[in-house]
Amino acid sequence: MATGVRGKVIVAGFIGADAPQEEDLYRCVHCGLCLNACPTYVETGLETESPRGRIALMKAVFEGRAGVEPGVVEHWDLCIQCRACEAACPSGVPYGRLIEQAQAQMRPRRRGLPGRFVAWLAYGHLLPSPGRMRAIAGLLRLYQRSGLRALVRATRVLRLVGPLAEAEASLPDLSQPAFRATGQVFPARGAVRHRVGLLSGCVMPLFHGPTMEAAVRVLTRNGCEVHVPASQGCCGSLNLHGGDMDGGRAMARRNIDAFLEAGVDVVISASAGCGATMKDSAHLFHDDPAYAAKAERFGAMTQDITEFLASLPVDPPRCEAEPLRVTYQDSCHLVHAQRISAAPRTLMAAVPGLELVEMAHSDRCCGAGGSFQLTQREMSGQLRTHKLEEAAETGAETIATANPGCMVQLSLGAREAGLQVRVCHVVDLLDEAYRREAAIPASQSAGR
Amino acid sequence: MDALVRELQRAVGSRYVLTRPQELLVYEYDGAVERALPGVVAVPGSAAQAAQVVGIARRHGVPVVPRGAGTGLSGGAIPVYGGVLMPMTRLNRVLEIDVAERMAIVEPGVVNIDISKAAEPYGLRYAPDPSSQKACTIGGNVAENAGGPHCLAYGVTTNHVMGMEIVLADGSLAWVGGRRHELPGYDLRGVLIGSEGTLAVTTKVAVRLQPLPEAVTTMLAIFQDEDDASNAVSAIVGAGIVPAAIEMMDRLTIQAVEPAIHAGYPPDAGAVLLVEVEGLSEPVAEESEEVQQVCYRNGATEVRVAADPTLRERLWAGRKTALGALGRLAPNYYLLDGVVPRTKILEALRRIREISGEYALPIANVFHAGDGNLHPCILFDERVGDQLRRSKEAGAAVLRTCIDLGGALSGEHGVGLEKQEYMDLCFSDADLDAMARLNPAFGAGDTFNPGKVFPTGASCVELLQHPAIARLGADAFV
Repeated sequence: MATGVRGKVIVAGFIGADAPQEEDLYRCVHCGLCLNACPTYVETGLETESPRGRIALMKAVFEGRAGVEPGVVEHWDLCIQCRACEAACPSGVPYGRLIEQAQAQMRPRRRGLPGRFVAWLAYGHLLPSPGRMRAIAGLLRLYQRSGLRALVRATRVLRLVGPLAEAEASLPDLSQPAFRATGQVFPARGAVRHRVGLLSGCVMPLFHGPTMEAAVRVLTRNGCEVHVPASQGCCGSLNLHGGDMDGGRAMARRNIDAFLEAGVDVVISASAGCGATMKDSAHLFHDDPAYAAKAERFGAMTQDITEFLASLPVDPPRCEAEPLRVTYQDSCHLVHAQRISAAPRTLMAAVPGLELVEMAHSDRCCGAGGSFQLTQREMSGQLRTHKLEEAAETGAETIATANPGCMVQLSLGAREAGLQVRVCHVVDLLDEAYRREAAIPASQSAGR
Repeated sequence: MDALVRELQRAVGSRYVLTRPQELLVYEYDGAVERALPGVVAVPGSAAQAAQVVGIARRHGVPVVPRGAGTGLSGGAIPVYGGVLMPMTRLNRVLEIDVAERMAIVEPGVVNIDISKAAEPYGLRYAPDPSSQKACTIGGNVAENAGGPHCLAYGVTTNHVMGMEIVLADGSLAWVGGRRHELPGYDLRGVLIGSEGTLAVTTKVAVRLQPLPEAVTTMLAIFQDEDDASNAVSAIVGAGIVPAAIEMMDRLTIQAVEPAIHAGYPPDAGAVLLVEVEGLSEPVAEESEEVQQVCYRNGATEVRVAADPTLRERLWAGRKTALGALGRLAPNYYLLDGVVPRTKILEALRRIREISGEYALPIANVFHAGDGNLHPCILFDERVGDQLRRSKEAGAAVLRTCIDLGGALSGEHGVGLEKQEYMDLCFSDADLDAMARLNPAFGAGDTFNPGKVFPTGASCVELLQHPAIARLGADAFV
């Protein structure tokens, strides 16, 4: 025990197994090459909001020079976990792992009821349960469609509870149908070249049902038999990013079992954030004898949908060219965590008539970052605004990306800025091209 | 202290004044070894705010230490006497690009590479390219007179900065130099560039931009050992070729870089040279042919030629991240910056190998071979035994070797804290006396970055007692 800054007694040092490890911390030689890759450093100019600064704070806690206390934790909290620093780091610091572990240290020491309640509800009771997620989404959909939303917005009743109004404004649009195909197997068109498992997960089928259906169509169109195992659920990444390591592991175990039992060759995620966590399963279970081997196999089987399709390679859509100006936002957990930047661009290049116009800083975070959108509204909003300015400069009518969080964030930003721009997944664009092929009637859609 | 903090908060906003001990911890380091905690951190958002910060600190009798991105390698931004640490990172706008005059005016917190990115659409670039160019700021470059691989052909920061707006110790703003190089009168700009933040703080920089070359060819020459590579360097320059850059990396460096960056350096090579020629297409073709022949004559086992931008970028990525990549081999490095005459590189490297053996610490070499600017990098672990002490002693031995071979203490990193005690190896008392007279000339006193550059046995009080300053008084102008 040590005495903290304002005389409060705080605990110095890290506790338990889920703590930043010494060998990871001291890989950082504070050269500073990560700085300009970090969106929060670029935004603020402050070392405290930089990866190097956050690691310095972890080292300070490790060395007993500071505690897990005010002056430390808010700087870890402001990290979006985009992992751009990790890609920029020549020394190989596993920053994503470090910040997750630092978050895990903060969790039991969090004060303040509202935050703890939201974490309890989201990590403990909603994300682990696909049924409850569906129920919540159903209620929200009802709220948005029934006219109640219009009433609430017109009367501004939520202004009475400030943060609630903001939260309401940032709800994703749930007007699109959900993806309800879990438990199904979709046959390949033509000869079966691959048997793949598709992650349905938590928010993707609820917020982006049509994208999930597009994923199924594009996969089957390219000779894949697509299994959507019924016993799967959320991959656990949101829990892990939020520092709920045990909860996250329990969810990961469920999915490892579900996909290994499905007997597929490849596990595919259309959500870059989930894919990144799934690929890193070996580390998550390295000291769990019952799951270490299974997790390693599962991680090695996992591929992002763009990565998988580009490696086939895809059958080029045989359709008329339709002019479309697209700009691509690299999803952080695809470009930084999984180091995939060419594959989505290769896929878009296969779409007849599609012109890809690169925006400045396409690999800088849009500010989504999973729950970051909700917990760090100011920073998230600043990043979103800058991102949409840069996207607008390209004159593109479509912003493509590869992760549900980014899609929600960019749509919201476009709506706020009054931009006439469509936000979609790379796979949606490929799917539309296939659907323009004469041979495939548009009505043949998966999962309805 | 409370009154100081309140005034600083009024000047730059409370979000940008850091006082909590935990937050000060992240400003105790830069890219090198030395550490010291600031008393308070104030991050100005404009030149006027920077001037206010200086005025406030002066009134309260505490020093101001300007800081860029904190990637420096000589401890220049370490606040050894506490006081107000003033990062210039929020002043990060490219204010103007004058294509006709081939110049730009930028704020000091602009990252080096962002100047070239902003100039690229006009077919222009900013030439000096420190290895940390993706993170380091132009303000820091000006303070340390930074170099980089391409400085072999084009010169260092001082050859590319034509003027600066500065804050003087009394809190007033002034310009030195201007929008072009040829100006009448004393070259105060030249005096301030490389003065390591001890005389004034830069708040705007007028930089020279040069046209992008028509053709660029980068070659990777692979050698069995450092001796052959060193001979090839002398032979290239001896043949009358002036490449844009000649960089050398030894086996240890290659082993650290390759797994990190996959730059394409053969892991079993004893040393590689990265040679770049650029200019008009025809001479570039001729010169690159000549460079290859010279390398083969000097024992190169292979020379790979990269003409397309992606391959070139990959070869350079390895070089430019080499220092950080050495973090894969040890948690700490002490990077030296000694210079030797080109013809003495071979001898210097041999002596460095001996020093590495004597002090039982690995030393990696990754450096600007073309101008003899060595960067021996001593690898150690400060948590283990007396390794920190041994690394410093080994560093001193390397610097002495450079001087003995007819070289210099520093090529581009500055003196800072790191080399101040070795200044008398290079300079006489009279030399140092002449330099110290610049302090009162600018009225700097102990306001800016005290305890740097001069070998005082190290306190700012003693610096003020330096014969020249004591005679003239801290505020005296000459």
